[in-house]
Formats: sequence, structure tokens, C-alpha cells
Amino acid sequence: MKIHEFQAKELLSDYNVPIQRGHVVYSSNAIEKTIDKVQNEFNSDAVVVKAQIHAGGRGKGGGVKFCPSTESAIESANKILGMNLITHQTGEEGKVVNQILITEALDIEKEFYFALMFDRAKNADVFIVSTEGGVDIEEVAEQTPEKIVKAWVNNDTYPLDDAINTIINALSLNSFNDAFEIFKNIYNCYSNSDCNLLEINPLVITEDQKIIALDAKVDIDSNALFRQEKIAKFHDTFEEDPLELKASEYGLNYIKLDGNVGCMVNGAGLAMATMDIVKHHGGEPANFLDVGGAANVDTIKNGFKIILSDPNVKSVLINIFGGIVRCDRVANGVIQAVKELNLNVGVVVRLQGTNAKLAKQILDESDIELISAETIDEAAKKAVGLVS
Amino acid sequence: MSILLNKKTSILVQGITGSEGLFHAQQMLDYGSNVVCGVTPGKGGQTATENNLPVFNSIEEAKKEFSIDATVIFVPPRFAANAILEAINQNIGLIVCISEGIPVRDMKKVKSALDNSSSTLIGPNCPGLITAEESKIGITPGFICKKGSIGILSRSGTLTYEAIDQIVNVGLGMTTAVGIGGDPIIGSSMIDILKHFADDEETKGVVMIGEIGGSMENEAAEWIKSNFNKPVVSFIAGQTAPKGKRMGHAGAIISEGSETADAKIKILKKCGVSVAKTVSEIGETMLKLIEE
Repeated sequence: MKIHEFQAKELLSDYNVPIQRGHVVYSSNAIEKTIDKVQNEFNSDAVVVKAQIHAGGRGKGGGVKFCPSTESAIESANKILGMNLITHQTGEEGKVVNQILITEALDIEKEFYFALMFDRAKNADVFIVSTEGGVDIEEVAEQTPEKIVKAWVNNDTYPLDDAINTIINALSLNSFNDAFEIFKNIYNCYSNSDCNLLEINPLVITEDQKIIALDAKVDIDSNALFRQEKIAKFHDTFEEDPLELKASEYGLNYIKLDGNVGCMVNGAGLAMATMDIVKHHGGEPANFLDVGGAANVDTIKNGFKIILSDPNVKSVLINIFGGIVRCDRVANGVIQAVKELNLNVGVVVRLQGTNAKLAKQILDESDIELISAETIDEAAKKAVGLVS
Repeated sequence: MSILLNKKTSILVQGITGSEGLFHAQQMLDYGSNVVCGVTPGKGGQTATENNLPVFNSIEEAKKEFSIDATVIFVPPRFAANAILEAINQNIGLIVCISEGIPVRDMKKVKSALDNSSSTLIGPNCPGLITAEESKIGITPGFICKKGSIGILSRSGTLTYEAIDQIVNVGLGMTTAVGIGGDPIIGSSMIDILKHFADDEETKGVVMIGEIGGSMENEAAEWIKSNFNKPVVSFIAGQTAPKGKRMGHAGAIISEGSETADAKIKILKKCGVSVAKTVSEIGETMLKLIEE
């Protein structure tokens, strides 16, 4: 689960990690008062106005503005709050900015890149740092990989203290007495908050020689939210695709894509493989939809509702491998759902597993128009055929 | 012969009184698995399943009355890591965790305990394993399996079933199928399972199913090249997955170049592994390879 910059900074602050301080504004009425508060509280005439959306690339998209005066701050804040911000991560449709963060402006001497995440290959957490901060780190990794330093942490083989010393050396922070403690605190924040990713870009050294997190991007392990009460409240449903949100309420795993062949499959791997074979036969999948290992009448009905909410969908491919669930039950579920929902797109059904033959018979003999198929290959060809 | 599991393997079910645990304990018994007892803390003294298997409060108690070779875990995700740790502490040889949704931080602890133990963990977030016509641990549908010569290993549940079905339908049949799970941290890697298949005389070839995310397939490919002499057919799901999107499996996130399906397919081919172009060609590709 992604959270906003101001929320991530709050987490860091809870662990005594120095952050660029500020206050959040949700409504234009509060803009002037908040700017005044930031200026006085943090003794900073200049302020920075930052759009709070989950997507990256906010600066380039015009969502972050340095404001040297009160007037310019008011102007920028009014402009950014409520704007439709388009960045390389929001897609063409952009994202409406519902809240802005107004922060103190700092005099910066150096900018670093900092991240903590889990490295599966090494089975350890990894610090990733670079002296090339504040820029697109992927470019740095590609063009000057020697400027990226990694240090691993794992209870058994890689002690935390060693990793911290490695990054302190890499960033030449040896003269900063508090550097060790700050990195230790960031690690504790990352670990105790069940973060998948904690990225600070940039982590800066100010002209008065302080280490400060200027930005923060955090992704939380959704499976751990049951024990992260504070973080669970940070969930911003506005940031999610409405269809994906609705699907998750149904207990379905749905991701919208750009094609026109709707796919309904049980199991994530089989769902991906089904999308792949649709593409292989010249079609474009409209979505990824995993209805879970144990598909039943309700999940199929809800799956249809989600898929058909996407106006691009011109045909639907159902591919269910019935293990524990009997295929004849799935077939009856499909028929019931099609009748209730008045479908006007072609539906291709491939059921494999327990009672597959009986299921095919039920589908073939029903009074509604369904196209049945025996193999995934046949099903994909037929579903693609319906749209081309 | 088979790997990891045969009809003699004595099995304990952790979470046997829950709806999932109870249902699948019965399914396992019906398939012929040697399930001997179950554990649910606080429910010791009860019996479960049509076979009236005894329920114990802990593995320690169960071990006083039964010799346990393997345990299968059907426990809600927030308690599952502790269930695995209990099994490790009790020196259970084979631990299979079906539970989906265990926090990564909990699995880091498990992995560390596992490294210092003699236990083998399969999963979590997996369908378990099945040795055709002998025994199953987990949720794989038994009726699709027929004895034969092909070993199957997969990161995905329903794709495992699909592969079994195709291998049986082309007439080859199978030895053991192992679903290793789709999470970022899992107990046994592809290489761990390949080593078992290498030692098994009955297994003449292996189907290895991977997906986007992580680099396990790449490491397995390099290992196969220098250590494995049996034919291997691979399939990688997620060729059309958009970058940065999470496709259900927590593990299936593309974050680096080498984690895409295309990159993995390239490395597998380079290492001499046959890669099925689509999911429906797994069986035929293996049949051709075996006939050569």
C-alpha cells in the first residue's frame, strides 16, 4: 500500500529522523493561514508547495514549486491544490491533487539518493545509496552504475552496523556524528513499519551541516496492515483505480489494461498465462483478473460486473481450472450470471478439471449463447476472433 | 520412487479444525495420504475428519504419540509464521505452508530459523506437493494425476494443475509435482527442488514453471546448464504484464530488467532449457523432447 509523502515523513519523524518540516492543506480556505504558520514555526520566509499524490515525477509535472515570497506561495498553492496533475506515472488522464504539503525551504549543499528494500536474491534487506541524489535514479543506475552503493542487512550474515558504516563511507558522511544514529533510525522505521520500500530522494546535507529527509516515498506490506493501526488509516482510496478498488471489495484481484478481451481466470499465474496467449494470438487483454483458487457463482458474477464496467471490453474469456471446485458448478454460475447481467458481448468459456465434460455439456445445452472451448489455445483464439 | 513424499510419509495437519484445514485433511485422506493427526492450539482432545483423527494442542504433544515426517499448515496468515517456527523447533523434516498473505517481515524470521535447521519448507502461498497415486500434501486436485516419468515444479498454483493435466494427457504421466509458492520469500527454491529430481531415478524429465519477478528462474537456468542432465521444459508467465504492476502474487513484481519474462526466457534458452511458447504447449514440448 502506497502512502503520501507527508504521511511517510510523519513515520520517519516518529523515529526521530530529521525531515523537512511542513503542514498539510486540504482546502483553499486554509492556504494563507498555513503558509503563515509554516513561515513562523520554521522561521522560513520562502516555502515549498508540494502536491500530495501517490505517483512520482511530481516536480516535472508542475506539482512542486519553490516560492520565495508569501505572494508566490499563495499563488502556487491555489494553483496546485485541485489541479489535475499529469506525470509519467499517472498516465494521460492525470490525478487530481486533493491535498498539498507546504514546507520550509532549506539551503542545500548536497543531495543524495537513499532507499531501503528487500533483496530476494540475497535474502536480505538492502540499503541503496548514491551521491547522485535528486535525479532519476534509474538513469544513474544505467549510465554510471559505479555511483550506486549497496549494503545488505540480515540477522545472520550481514550486521546492520556494518551496512550503515558502508553507506556512511560511500556518502562521505564520516564527520557527521549523528549520521550513524539517523540511518539506524531509518532502518528501524522501515523494519517496524513493515515497509516494502522506503525511499528518500533526496536525502540532503544543508548548508548548516544537517542531514535531512527532503522527500519520502513509502510502500507498506499490505499483508501486515492488521498490526499497523496508524498506517492502515493512511489508506487513500481516492488514489486507487475505482474498478480495482471495487474488485478488492469483492475479494477479487483486478488490474485494468488497455485491450478489449476481458479475461476471468482462477489463480494469478494462470491469469498471466491466459493474457499472454491472448496476445500471442493477436489480441490485447483488457485486464488481469484473478478470481481466486476456489471460484464460485458469486465470484464469477462479480467478476463479470467488474470486467463489463470497462467499456473497451468486446469479448470475455473465462478460463477456470477447477480443482476443488467442480466445473459443473462453475458452468451453472456462468449461465446464471450471463442471464442476470444481460450481457451483450461474446463469452468464451474454457473449464478444465473435475467434471469438465459435464460442464461443457451444460454450457452447450443451455439456452444462452456461450462459446465453449476445451484448451486454453482454442479459447484464446475464439475470444480474439470475436473482436477482430 | 518420487521426491520428498510417498505413501508412507506420516503427515500432521496444523489448523485441522479450521474450515480449510478440515476440508483438505479429508481430501488428503481420501487420496490415500497417511495423515495421522492434527494440531489446533486450545482444541486438544477433540477429533477431526471422518477418520476421527486425534487433535493436539501442539506439535510437541502430537510427537509423544505419533512419529511425524511432515506437516501441512492451514493457519490464518497472521499466525502462520509462528506455526512454521513451531514445526522447525520440533524438527519436522518436511513443512508445507499453504497459507497466503504472510507478512514479509515474519518470513524473514522464518527464513533465518530455517537456515539453522534441518527442516525443508515448501511454500508459503503454494498448493503443496503431490506424488501421483500415492500421497498429497496440500490442495492439488488428485484426480488429474497419473503415475509416469515427469517431475513438475512451479511458482503458481493453477498453472501447476494445468501442467500436470497436459503431461498426463500427452501420456507421459508424472512422478511428483511441487508448487513452491509465489511469495517474495519462500522456503525452497527451484534449484532446491531440481536437486531432488536429479537424484530420483524415476524422474526422466522436469517441467519448471516460473513467472515475472525475482531472479530464481535465472539462477535455476545457470544451475541446470552445469549440473542437470535430464530434459527440462520451462514456461514463464507474465510476458504481457505491464511494468510496475502487481499481478496477484506478491512476488510477481517486475522491478529490474532481469526479472521480466523476456529476460528469463532468454537466459533459460541460453542455458539449454526448452521454453514452451504458450501455456498450452507445455505437454507437447516435453513429449517431443522425451521422444528424441
